[in-house]
Amino acid sequence: MSTTVSSSRPGKPQPGGPTAGAPSAAPATRPVSWKTPVLLTVFALVSLVFFGFLAPSQTASFGISTGEDFFQLPALEINAFAGGIVLSVLLVALAGYAVYLKIKNQPAPGWLAVTFIVIFVAAFLIWVVGGARTPAISLAGLIAGSVTLAVPLVFGSLSGVLCERVGVVNIAIEGQLLGGAFTAAIVASMTKNAIIGLLAAAIAGAVVSMVLALFSIKYLVNQIIVGVVLNVLVSGVTGFLFSTVMQTNKAQFNSPPGLDVIDIPVLSSIPIIGPILFRQSLVGYLMYVAVAVVWVGLFKTRWGLRVRAVGEHPQAADTLGINVNATRFWNVTLGGAVAGIGGSFFTLVAIDSFTKEISGGRGFIALAALIFGRWNPVGAFFAALLFGFADNLQSIVTIIGTPVPSQFMAMLPYLVTVLAVAGLVGKSRGPAASGIPYVKG
Amino acid sequence: MPDQPSPKHAKDDPRVEDTQHAASQDSPAAEDTAAVVAVDTAGGAMQPSAVPATAQSGQLPGGSGTVLRRIFTGSGIVSVLAVLLALIIGGLLIASTDKQVATTAGYFFARPTDMLAAVWNAATRSYIALFQGSVFNPRGNGLAAQFAPFMETLTIATPLITAGLGVALAFRAGLFNIGAQGQIIVAGILAAWVGFALHLPFGLHLLLVLVAGIVGGALWGGLAGLLKARTGAHEVIVTIMFNYIALYFLRYLLNTPAFQRPGESNPISPILDPSAVYPQILGSQYRLHLGFVLAIAATVLVWWLLNRSTVGFEFRAVGANPKAAQTAGINVSRSTILVMAIAGGLAGMSGVAQVAGTEKVLTDGVAATYGFDAITVALLGRSTPWGTFAAGLLFGAFRAGAVQMQIQTGTPIDIVLVVQSLIVLFIAAPPLVRAVFGLNPRRRKPARAARSRQAATTGGAA
Repeated sequence: MSTTVSSSRPGKPQPGGPTAGAPSAAPATRPVSWKTPVLLTVFALVSLVFFGFLAPSQTASFGISTGEDFFQLPALEINAFAGGIVLSVLLVALAGYAVYLKIKNQPAPGWLAVTFIVIFVAAFLIWVVGGARTPAISLAGLIAGSVTLAVPLVFGSLSGVLCERVGVVNIAIEGQLLGGAFTAAIVASMTKNAIIGLLAAAIAGAVVSMVLALFSIKYLVNQIIVGVVLNVLVSGVTGFLFSTVMQTNKAQFNSPPGLDVIDIPVLSSIPIIGPILFRQSLVGYLMYVAVAVVWVGLFKTRWGLRVRAVGEHPQAADTLGINVNATRFWNVTLGGAVAGIGGSFFTLVAIDSFTKEISGGRGFIALAALIFGRWNPVGAFFAALLFGFADNLQSIVTIIGTPVPSQFMAMLPYLVTVLAVAGLVGKSRGPAASGIPYVKG
Repeated sequence: MPDQPSPKHAKDDPRVEDTQHAASQDSPAAEDTAAVVAVDTAGGAMQPSAVPATAQSGQLPGGSGTVLRRIFTGSGIVSVLAVLLALIIGGLLIASTDKQVATTAGYFFARPTDMLAAVWNAATRSYIALFQGSVFNPRGNGLAAQFAPFMETLTIATPLITAGLGVALAFRAGLFNIGAQGQIIVAGILAAWVGFALHLPFGLHLLLVLVAGIVGGALWGGLAGLLKARTGAHEVIVTIMFNYIALYFLRYLLNTPAFQRPGESNPISPILDPSAVYPQILGSQYRLHLGFVLAIAATVLVWWLLNRSTVGFEFRAVGANPKAAQTAGINVSRSTILVMAIAGGLAGMSGVAQVAGTEKVLTDGVAATYGFDAITVALLGRSTPWGTFAAGLLFGAFRAGAVQMQIQTGTPIDIVLVVQSLIVLFIAAPPLVRAVFGLNPRRRKPARAARSRQAATTGGAA
């Protein structure tokens, strides 16, 4: 009776240990579902009709080089109609391959969905730009801007990875980002030091996370409830203090010094990848470091093995002598600190002051990125980039004047996530014990 | 006691007899009790706890998988204390930014009473303003004006109650409906369009507006249920994403000729026809409209649905244990879709209350934060229909009073969010509240038992 917790859980991890429960491992016995091939086919046909046959015959121009690069590459000129047709045919071929695999009862490999998404986005981009009043955009600027916008999303989704991998659902990413943004602003303003603000943001995120951990691990309150409520709580507290403290004395409390963009000489002048990798703020560089560290930590170290064991099968982990609840507590706290750093991006890099609800729902996009990236730090990173791209494209299409309403661009991350959880990219399966409190005995 | 897997050890203890006796009076709970005894004694390995598990607040296992059941059924005193504790912390937060408090804190060690008095003043001043803005204003001119704040509370409570009922209903079926916000928006879109684009006779028009709103919400909610049932997509993620999709869709529509008011550059719809809006039930001096009566009706309906109907029984069975329900022949997929559709329909009533009741136009702020507040309302109401109704009134009072509070004392409205979320957090963790007020009995083992019991009930939640 006391094992109700474990017995109610489906899909026991295989004897191969915690690694066997990684999301990529598909159960071999199950028949392959029709979902993926059907969805891919639908999207390929949509692309063929809209991006191919109905495409404008303008030539879309994509600038590759910026003025600061060492050498200038010519802009990429693509006829929207021809480009759309070629890419759509590729998509149809990929979808056909997925159908073929399904008939042979083999699951579609991971690269298939990824390639499909990349080509689909390219076809979409050509279509959007080709239909614009001024059919020319800077590809370099678009990508660099996407990376910048993706920074808080990446930190947020890393926080989600750290929490969910250890078995705690983190709906409170939004609250952690917001708490980080607020604290970074107020501390950096008071100390006149952006670095201290950054550290304070990490602590604030960790504190929010500790509340989540306390309630969900010690008091066993449902994790989703705590997450939802924490978002409201942080929104209320920061909003209250913003109105009472920050607005009464803006100079002292809400004018943080910003973190400047650090330009690494020479390297930053490489076309396209230069601005992405070597022309970032401190938070931007930290993002790359964090993704790498979390990935290596989770999959290549003893700590990571333990974390994943706790997230997949806490009973087994406990039997092996891992303190499940302590591991959970500290991981969730760490996750909060990571999200807090992401929150500091809003007030120290993007805008130089705090306003109410500055995170604007990005915590939920980060949550989406986490799921779309299948609970993997690198996957989450690329998913966040994709969503940052959508965000950036949204503002660019309004400037170049395309037929696509910007609201639909803004909707994109959410739509993609719904499709992802509904089974476009194989089976999105989180860690087995995620959301389930662990009680020893 | 039919089919009880109660451990041998437990049988020896008189207190267990007691709990079993208590359980036999309430036969549906009998199995739960047996289960809790087993949990209490760790399957017979330990002595049972001093306090029978049935006497402790919270829900017994067996309902494992009943999302949040523990929270719905805690003892009343914990709820009251949770509200009190949240108000105290909110008061401290108000006081912490108060000028008088800051000044007196400077000489705290010389005259501590000064600061304490300042803290008390700051907090009570705000709360009194809150009360006067939400229930009764003694400075009003005549009885009608004195009770005007209360009418405002009821007006604001209307969408909270119906959306809260939707969330609560889904909770009972084991689903986290975070999507009330989106459901309100979609309902608002349809209801508003019927309201300003069609021109129909009196009565029929309003009825169509209401139906359109309910159908809109039901479709949006049902779609999330369909995805959950057919693909296994987690409803929390799907409904959160649906909220944003609905919001951006609304923003898009408000920039199209079909929805934007002619000659207006702001994203705002035409005003609804007079025949399409709720009549004001207590005269034109109050904003209170027919929607409130419908909210009461909806509460009764949900109560009947959950407690008296076959469908409601199926919902609760699925919420308690989907596998057992499936085995017993209940169509779980159908229940999931249906409960989300009904939840969406209830949230849709909130959308109608907004566009046809208080706002009379469609803007992108049509749902305000009602959809998210509905979650806290349902949690505070422990997902029972009348509990949700009461919680809706309380939060409606907070919302209504906060406006007055901000005007009179300068305390920002955000304090309401803080108090609301703290209330829900504390109610969800009765041991914490009891610990704060020193109500936890002196014992160690029962705490363990309570923990494992809670684990069992929240186990199937995610």
